[in-house]
Amino acid sequence: MKVALPVESKSLKAPVCPSFGRTPLYVLIDTDGGTHEFLENAAAASQGGAGIKAAQELVDCGVAALITYRCGENAAQVLNAAGIKMYKAQDGSVNDNIAAFKDGKLSLLIEIHPGFHNHGGGKK
Amino acid sequence: MRIAVLSGKGGTGKTFVSVNLSCAAEQSVYVDCDVEEPNGHLFLKPEITTKAPVTVIVPEVDMDKCIRCRKCVDFCKYNALALVKDKMLVFYEVCHSCGGCALLCPVKAITEKERAIGTIEEGESGNVRVLTGCLNTGEVSGVPIIKGLIDKLPKDGDIVIDCPPGSACIVMESIREADYCILVAEPTLFGVHNLSMVYDLIRLFDKPFGVVLNKCLPEENPAEQFCVEHQIKILAKIPYDEELGRLNSKGHIVAREDERYRELFERLLEALRKEAIS
Repeated sequence: MKVALPVESKSLKAPVCPSFGRTPLYVLIDTDGGTHEFLENAAAASQGGAGIKAAQELVDCGVAALITYRCGENAAQVLNAAGIKMYKAQDGSVNDNIAAFKDGKLSLLIEIHPGFHNHGGGKK
Repeated sequence: MRIAVLSGKGGTGKTFVSVNLSCAAEQSVYVDCDVEEPNGHLFLKPEITTKAPVTVIVPEVDMDKCIRCRKCVDFCKYNALALVKDKMLVFYEVCHSCGGCALLCPVKAITEKERAIGTIEEGESGNVRVLTGCLNTGEVSGVPIIKGLIDKLPKDGDIVIDCPPGSACIVMESIREADYCILVAEPTLFGVHNLSMVYDLIRLFDKPFGVVLNKCLPEENPAEQFCVEHQIKILAKIPYDEELGRLNSKGHIVAREDERYRELFERLLEALRKEAIS
């Protein structure tokens, strides 16, 4: 299964990025094969609707689950339409979150915010 | 003469100056462009003659015709479209109504439909014709409503445009057709900071302008200092006056009820005419 996380830098030891739509990178992890790849987030510089575009990218990559601190309502609509499950990230690295995910310790992300629209959103 | 009244922050007295200025004129049009929270009508209490919706165009996608080429999705600069599992999601509030998606679609699967985002009310209040723009709750941009208001303005006569606070797109749209701009400032450091932002904006637009200093106290006025430093014309000084505050808070128009204030705003109008000619 392919799992995506927004991440600050190209390392599995890096922390999960607090922003979903404007993260610089995503890491896509194949939990069965144990492989991973990094994906530049083309939506990061969007004038508007970054979350929508970022979600579209993940849908197109065939992602089945997303681990994130939070997600805006427009992006959530795209992810939901594609049946991508959203999990709430925990403090720690990508590796820590993947381990927790495999152990079934991550809860589903139920809090969907109305979007920051270029105003803040930098903190967890 | 089209006079736009603006300020960097809310609460400096834009509506107070605009309403009183329109009442001091013999005949005038007052236009409330503060479409997120129009409040000039609370003072002018116009008798409404017409109320019409303002609409924008948004795309509608016929999925039977759509060939999933994604040209529209990739084109949209605001990411208003997403194609997921054979379904096109359209985010109306993100759409800027450019029409590009419909133009690009190779199979004409996209048509445009109208969506209401607010209203424009027209009414009369004595010598003042009142135009009020009102954006529906939850909508993102008031620009189309302001465009609609500006389109309705008569060519001649005294027109006072009550602008939204700040210096963003909706303010730019409001002052575009103005002959003269009044910046209203209050005597606080916060007020000066916001005054300097609209000052920068006005200079970009190359409009003639001057400042009305509101709520003036006997103490030093940082907004006045800013004007002196930047050689900005001070059009009028309105004192901090508790009686004025009381009348205003009850929705009274001082230029219609108090001789002193009537004269103050008549003088301001006179000064504006001279400024606009020179």
